Amino acid sequence: MSVNSQQALFEYALRLGDNALILGHRLSEWTANGPILEEDIALTNIALDLVGQSRMLLSYAGEIEGKGRTEDDLAYYRQSAEFRNALLTETDNGDFAQTIARQLFYSVFADQLLQGLQKSTDATFAGYAAKAIKENAYHLRHAAEWTLRLGDGTDESKRRMQEGVDKLWMFTGDLFATTEADMQLVSAGIVPDVSTFREAWLKRVSDVLTEATLTVPESNWFQSGSRNGIHTEALSYLLGEMQSLARAYPGANW
Amino acid sequence: MENTVQLEEQFNAKLDKGEFIEPKDWMPEKYRKTLIRQISQHAHSEIIGMQPEGNWITRAPSLRRKAVLLAKVQDEAGHGLYLYSAAETMGISRDELLDQLHTGKAKYSSIFNYQTLTWADMGAVGWLVDGAAIINQVMLQRTSYGPYSRAMVRICKEESFHQRQGYEIMCALAAGTPEQKAMAQDALNRWWWPTLMMFGPKDSESKNSTDSIRWKIKRETNDELRQKFIDRTVAQAEHLGLVIPDPELKWNEERGHYDSGEINWEEFWNVVEGRGPCNHIRLKVRVAAHENGAWVREAANAYAAKKAKREAGSLVA
Repeated sequence: MSVNSQQALFEYALRLGDNALILGHRLSEWTANGPILEEDIALTNIALDLVGQSRMLLSYAGEIEGKGRTEDDLAYYRQSAEFRNALLTETDNGDFAQTIARQLFYSVFADQLLQGLQKSTDATFAGYAAKAIKENAYHLRHAAEWTLRLGDGTDESKRRMQEGVDKLWMFTGDLFATTEADMQLVSAGIVPDVSTFREAWLKRVSDVLTEATLTVPESNWFQSGSRNGIHTEALSYLLGEMQSLARAYPGANW
Repeated sequence: MENTVQLEEQFNAKLDKGEFIEPKDWMPEKYRKTLIRQISQHAHSEIIGMQPEGNWITRAPSLRRKAVLLAKVQDEAGHGLYLYSAAETMGISRDELLDQLHTGKAKYSSIFNYQTLTWADMGAVGWLVDGAAIINQVMLQRTSYGPYSRAMVRICKEESFHQRQGYEIMCALAAGTPEQKAMAQDALNRWWWPTLMMFGPKDSESKNSTDSIRWKIKRETNDELRQKFIDRTVAQAEHLGLVIPDPELKWNEERGHYDSGEINWEEFWNVVEGRGPCNHIRLKVRVAAHENGAWVREAANAYAAKKAKREAGSLVA
């Protein structure tokens, strides 16, 4: 593997791992705060799936890099500019409706991505996708069902769900951002070209929103930057909390 | 009147034969009340117990620890669910039970009114608090009320995983840097006595114990269970190289048990009565979650009603 394509693969594994880690972390903030006990269980369960996925992916990223960094080195000792997660995943939980909107947007995208990765010529990516696609199918169903309940529930829930959708809409474009390095991986059959997912994503998300009697936002203005390490303000706070203990005792084993 | 006497005789005969009492069986009102109180307290403890550990999920020092802690706290929510369901078989709803919790009418285990100040507390809570809970719960697998007993069988399997993960955290800390070892000792110092208090007042002062033993809801007394816990835990602390903060702790050859110092009962009663470090915050967080979630529950109900109506409509059509 050339140095360039090794770097491209490393970055991609980081992106996948960071998406799972940061979204999983956000969902874990719901623990003991859910609107009903069953949702405490569901959100914690999704968080657990994602943290599990991140461990596998970040370990793999460390292997590709070949400098001996472990999953924990990568999770706990990088600065926010070194994280590659999509902006959407780091957005704050907001209320339950906003969390569900984020889950819907992300899980539809993840379903597309994982379907493509299942066919990857990279055995680790393909293996990861085969496992994660099953987990994600549940995450997607959970998000879609709640979107329906909230959108077509009460006036208040409809207003909140619409607000969540509108507020997060501008962060969805960044999911499909593609770098030149990604295109090398696409040509080698290692990853799918996510820039081609957009139309199908919009169709699937719109179908759910419409069934939920919600309005699909019309804005075509999207935030971007995660592929270059430009994040929102929210990420540094998240990392400040997540990394605090590990960094207070460098070199300790837990 | 005579009928009640007869029914009570049948009920007692069942208990004597070691049979389970099932939801549809006749039972004395006081038995029902005692069980509702106990099962719901247990359920509330699981739910409130999510908070002190949930505290550290976002700061867990490794991804593996984060995943294990998430799994554990998720189990606790699940235990809360089984237990609320078991209580519901006695003719009370989850909403009523939650209302009792939120208004302060129902209690939960006082141990969760203590703070989790460092990561080592995740170890101490698993090792000591779950360890104490298991001793109680193993006994409750043989409790006389069928649904409670069956919930306990399921719960015990998961609790032993919880205790192991706690002890494993302590092992890692005890074998770690001097700071980590000090953190572990500090957690043991803070959690030891409150854990012993979990078994409740001394037998001589426990007002609920007598009936519970007679009805085979409990099969061992508070003091017996506490002794069992101490006897079991001393060796584990020694293995960790940590010191249990009780200068009077000593093996008594004659009794075949450890002797131990006196619990600070003044602290126990103060915490029970609401003056522990976290009574206020635990309840506040719980009530806030419930209130903030009200619109979500209303939406789910409204949606279900609309859906049912549409389906009924399409059947007619």
